[in-house]
Amino acid sequence: MKTTSEVLADGNSHQNWVPLLEVAAQEVFELMLSCKIAIAETPVDFQPDITAMVGLAGQLCGVLTIRCSAKSAGLMASKMLGVEVDKASPELCDAFGEVCNMVAGNFKNKVSGLGDGCMLSVPTVITGTDYNLRSLTDSAAVEVRFLFESMPLIITLEVHS
Amino acid sequence: MNSIRALIVDDSSVMRKIVERSLVQAGLELTAVLGAGNGAEALGLLAENQVDLILCDINMPVMDGLEFVKQLPGVPNAKGVPVVMITTEGSEAHVVQALSAGARGYIRKPFTPDQVKEHVIPLLAVKA
Repeated sequence: MKTTSEVLADGNSHQNWVPLLEVAAQEVFELMLSCKIAIAETPVDFQPDITAMVGLAGQLCGVLTIRCSAKSAGLMASKMLGVEVDKASPELCDAFGEVCNMVAGNFKNKVSGLGDGCMLSVPTVITGTDYNLRSLTDSAAVEVRFLFESMPLIITLEVHS
Repeated sequence: MNSIRALIVDDSSVMRKIVERSLVQAGLELTAVLGAGNGAEALGLLAENQVDLILCDINMPVMDGLEFVKQLPGVPNAKGVPVVMITTEGSEAHVVQALSAGARGYIRKPFTPDQVKEHVIPLLAVKA
């Protein structure tokens, strides 16, 4: 049986995290937004224009990002706060960042032995499309794609071994 | 005790609103709700205000939730006030740290209003 450190260092094991990341995200949407997100069976071509990210440091180093359209993020804020979309728009970035924070936290709590040894940064939210995000990771990214209210949502975990 | 004054400490204003809504859904009448973005702000509010319940995140800038809870014994207005942590940090070590520091309850994010009710109502009943 591998130790937590060995599992974390094994780049191939990261794909085993896909189901954990899927469940972590689905739980956040069900409990905090009272809605379900469906796993996208086929890739959807779209241009995300808002990105939330949370850094992970410690036993697991990397960054977790959530990308979607601003319209999706506005709907998330609306559902979280229980108000109309236009009333939620001032809180859009805060709400979207919190979704990312909760997905990252929920994910790390599901990886055995990781809860104590991994810290999360405060979330950061980027709006717009004209940027490149480069994290100092050296392993293949774990990516899961969902449909939130029929709109694409991509969650990516990039890990530094 | 159904009518209370609550202090909600979280660096996310959205999360503070969600926690407040959960308290209302738990059947509590909130006569006052104070919000703070970190532990230091919360200590400042407690210097001038009395509350019946404190709900607190852990990961916050300036002063985190664990440090805030550790400082509460020196705050007259916090004497006997139950503190419940609401946080993404879900490890046993964090739970033990929080409870050892003086927190009376621990709720992991994401959470449901029912979980808030389960953790908060008994604490208020004991205090009453």
